[in-house]
Amino acid sequence: MNPITVPSISYFTMAPMLVLFVGSVLLMAAASLLRHRLPEVVSTATSVLLGLGALVVSILQWDHLIRHGSSSTVAGALVLDGFSVFVNITVSCAVILTALVAHDYLARLKFDSAEFHILALLSASGALIMGAANDLVVVFLGLEILSIALYVLVALNRKNEKSAEGALKYFVLGGFSSAVFVYGIALTYGATGSTNLAKMGTYLSANVVHRPGLLLAGIGLLAVGFCFKIAAVPFHMWTPDVYEGAPTPVTGFMAAVAKVGGFVAFLRVFETAFSTQQSTWAPLLYTVALLTTFIGATSAIAQHNVKRMLAYSSINHAGFILLGVVVLTKAGFAGSLYYLFTYSVMAIGTFALLGVLGGARDEDHDLTSYRGLAKRRPGVALSLALLLLAQAGMPFTTGFLAKFGVIEATVAHGEIPLALLAMVSATISAVAYLRVGIVMYATHDVPTPVSDGSSFKDRAEGSLLLEVEPVATTHEVPVAPTTGLAIGICLAVTFYFGIAPGALLDFARQAAQLLR
Amino acid sequence: MLHAAYLIIAFPLLGSLLLMTFGRRLGEPVAGWLGTAAITASFVVAVVVFFGVLHAHQTDCIPGLLCQGSPIAPGSLLNDQFVQHLFNWVNVGGFHANVDLLVDPLSITMCLFITGISAMIHLYSIAYMHGEEDFTKFFIYLNLFVTSMLILVLGGNLLLTFIGWEGVGVCSYWLVSYYFQKDSAASAGKKAFIYNRVGDVGFLLAIFILYSQLHTVSYVEIFQRAGHLSPLWATMAVLALVLAASGKSAQIPLFNWLPDAMEGPTPVSALIHAATMVTAGVYLLCRLHGVVNLSSTGQGVICGVGLATAFVAATVATSQSDIKKGLAFSTVSQIGFMVLAVGTKNYEAAIFLMVAHAFFKALLFLGSGSVIHALDGEQEMVRMGGLRKVLPWTFGTFMIGWLAIAGVPPFAGFFAKGSVLDGVFAKSPVLWALALLTALLTAYYMSRLFYLTFTGEERFTAVGPNGEPGIEHPHESPWHMRFPLVVLAILSAAGGAIDLPWVHTWGLDTFLNPVFLTTTPAATNSGSTQLFLAIADAVVAVAGIGLAWVLWRGKAARPELTPAFLKRVWFWDDAYDAVIGRPATALSKAAAIVDDEVIDGAVLGTATLVRRGADQLRKAQDGYVRTYALSIAAGMAAFLIYLVTRVFS
Repeated sequence: MNPITVPSISYFTMAPMLVLFVGSVLLMAAASLLRHRLPEVVSTATSVLLGLGALVVSILQWDHLIRHGSSSTVAGALVLDGFSVFVNITVSCAVILTALVAHDYLARLKFDSAEFHILALLSASGALIMGAANDLVVVFLGLEILSIALYVLVALNRKNEKSAEGALKYFVLGGFSSAVFVYGIALTYGATGSTNLAKMGTYLSANVVHRPGLLLAGIGLLAVGFCFKIAAVPFHMWTPDVYEGAPTPVTGFMAAVAKVGGFVAFLRVFETAFSTQQSTWAPLLYTVALLTTFIGATSAIAQHNVKRMLAYSSINHAGFILLGVVVLTKAGFAGSLYYLFTYSVMAIGTFALLGVLGGARDEDHDLTSYRGLAKRRPGVALSLALLLLAQAGMPFTTGFLAKFGVIEATVAHGEIPLALLAMVSATISAVAYLRVGIVMYATHDVPTPVSDGSSFKDRAEGSLLLEVEPVATTHEVPVAPTTGLAIGICLAVTFYFGIAPGALLDFARQAAQLLR
Repeated sequence: MLHAAYLIIAFPLLGSLLLMTFGRRLGEPVAGWLGTAAITASFVVAVVVFFGVLHAHQTDCIPGLLCQGSPIAPGSLLNDQFVQHLFNWVNVGGFHANVDLLVDPLSITMCLFITGISAMIHLYSIAYMHGEEDFTKFFIYLNLFVTSMLILVLGGNLLLTFIGWEGVGVCSYWLVSYYFQKDSAASAGKKAFIYNRVGDVGFLLAIFILYSQLHTVSYVEIFQRAGHLSPLWATMAVLALVLAASGKSAQIPLFNWLPDAMEGPTPVSALIHAATMVTAGVYLLCRLHGVVNLSSTGQGVICGVGLATAFVAATVATSQSDIKKGLAFSTVSQIGFMVLAVGTKNYEAAIFLMVAHAFFKALLFLGSGSVIHALDGEQEMVRMGGLRKVLPWTFGTFMIGWLAIAGVPPFAGFFAKGSVLDGVFAKSPVLWALALLTALLTAYYMSRLFYLTFTGEERFTAVGPNGEPGIEHPHESPWHMRFPLVVLAILSAAGGAIDLPWVHTWGLDTFLNPVFLTTTPAATNSGSTQLFLAIADAVVAVAGIGLAWVLWRGKAARPELTPAFLKRVWFWDDAYDAVIGRPATALSKAAAIVDDEVIDGAVLGTATLVRRGADQLRKAQDGYVRTYALSIAAGMAAFLIYLVTRVFS
């Protein structure tokens, strides 16, 4: 019997995930051992500090990466490269921002604060594992750690039916897609003899597969699993229900962390292992990207609930990020990574504002309750309008450069029709964002009768913009300092890197170059 | 010291942001003081940077930076030009535009007088705008304007300058229509905006031409590579620049918005429509002198535009009855002189006149503002006269401004206009004669304006021609208004000292020479010619003043000297209306029908289609998990079916 050889382990590579994972376990131990409920301040501070710790380690990793290049550890199962460090940095930032946003929200809705932070940290560590995973089994491990914590987070608002409904749907469908994903792993393992991405890639480039049925079916099933996670059409239908039902800070967290983890793993698997089969799977993802951008955008404009609208808008964004996977070039990766970072920041900021506007019980997300908001709460209305415009791709915001980056990469790859159609979808989705802006700025608290449609303006407003019922009375929730800080950071990042994008663009570009 | 350059822009920007945020809470007059303090701080920084440039000029080397003659790189110095790199801005394919500031003698000269005069005018406005409803808003706009103007001047490439160019245009629009409740103010704002937009097309064309030919938008690189421009493209670029300059600097054919812009508050007229913004076109031509130098056709056009504008505006100014309109046409005419100087490649003289003009025209406008303030808003000179005794401070300072613009030695205008005319003489004596005639008209119309306002009978006490009540006790303005008048009067009187024609070791000319690298045409005139020219200038100035004294002493109106042809600006607007206005109206009526029926139809059709699609999608999303799972399964099946076809193909 051979002795089991323990592979060498670089704890430096694993440091960010260890910080978050061990931190959350310790927090859980403290919360359950203490006789009293852990004070909110303590759990928030722990979460922020752990996020900061992971961020600092990730920055050290970046420095190491620039000097010494990428490396792998644990027998090639985990890697330290541009993608993994990018995920580490983005997710650490998202953890910090979410903790700040959630602080006041949890106290207001009387949730168990420690519970939220423990789950969020766990889920984030799952995303980090997905980002660094160089083996399909490890990808699956990360995916499950990420997802299971998220199922619980979505159900956190126990008094709200929609929260439970969303969580159950997410759980059932997530289980379904995980099964599909595992089946995909099994089939590709059967075809290539390995689950290690690098080995699979080497095998496929060294050998010509004569009977590719097994391999292609495996790739197709893996793509389904990833497409479910990133909410690409037609695997997206859970998104609006889950986004709407989840407590609003959780929605922001999901939009940022789950997308980053899912997308980076998607990019890595299809680049490292299956780039030789690109001509086969590219048309599939081409179609998916196109459907995702269009169905996301058109569904967004038909929504009356702002959270649902933003869920569809996130689907539209996912379609844009998917363009980087379709073209599978360095420029495409850079575009997708930049998009992921900037969208995470915008999404957390936007949902933080929605959490404030949702009222005492986080239920007032109907567009009607936004009427005349600019008069009532000018600061909140302005911040929301700016973040939504950034999501729409307004110049001088990161949103513009994000769209520009992926579109540029798509055009450079010769997929001009795809780029054009994606831009058309961006125009359609802009209507959804502008509609919120118009309701906030151009309407007063009094309901206006829907006009009979004599002129263009009247008809357009009557049909698309102002088809809203009488006003709901809202109990205004003030913006807590922590929430305000998070929103301020999101706005500052969105505008600073929109006006002077150099540093962030270089970061994404280098991260894309340094793929192992 | 040069590294502080960004602070010149940062202070006014900070000021406007603070006023936007806290302005309403601060209220009057604190908001005004805050605005003034921001500009003053900017002026102080400009002075510091100016000494930095001066020091670099003397040593040709800044410690820690590369020295003269080395290849240009951010932070290096060539021809006394210092490029401060702030951050990368656009970096797309082969196109690079950075946010760079170009600090050189030209830009710092502009900064000095822009910030200095702006500080004075901000101070003046605190009193002038007293009691206005939108007091804070006025200072927000004014600070924003100064920010934009400084970006325009300090920008290291055409794109940044264009941002400043558009910024000043927008601020000008807001400030002209500041009294937007008045129809005339609102439409004057629109007129200014539209005329400026036509000019902006010229600017954009120039950017496109230069980028397509030289592959850069940075001034330093344009200057280095200008030699690669073919003569045809150089001429095209210059013509586009002339169109740009004629919009912003109110030259023929786009000059007629400036008099209407006088609907804005008087400090705005002084700052934007006399001292700073309207000189932006001249600045642009000077900044791109490397391109202008290449095209003699272009120079000819510039000369023609400048001289024609100077002459036409001067004739019109002789017959204006509104004090601000008179000054506005005078401004158009004076900028014509500056453009003429550019056309003769006499850039130093153009800048000299720009600075001197900023001093005395700001003084004259602020003086007129003081008069208007005293007379409760009356602007018609028919209802002035005899204000000498009532407004002694205004009278004294205005007199200095008048003598300066008329070109009486030793005031600033004499030297500045003299150096322009010297250059014109060196180019062509015929042009010189025409320019001299315009100078005579200048002295004449300014003297007329001065006599009508300050001498003769006190006509304001009587009931006005339209039944306005008489004004019993006009009062002199408070100190915040008098102090800027005195400072500007001193500058107008002694401003000529910055560039005395017989001194060649120091002065504006020597300071700017490293930028333009041209020998001034004035230097080619011999000593005796110089003396003759100077005497001619002085004689013309005195003659104009005398002529006005003979014709207008003790008179309030002389219809035979102010024909409708001149009053109505050579029927310029009527011609525009007939040639462009009416056909355009007819065309737009036709277009409206097409728009309503065809385009709206298409747009609405598309919108309806999208909405129907969205509704269908919403119905598909029925909320059942089984439907969602079915969708996933269907998608998976589609994936697999497609892959199966690939296996068997």
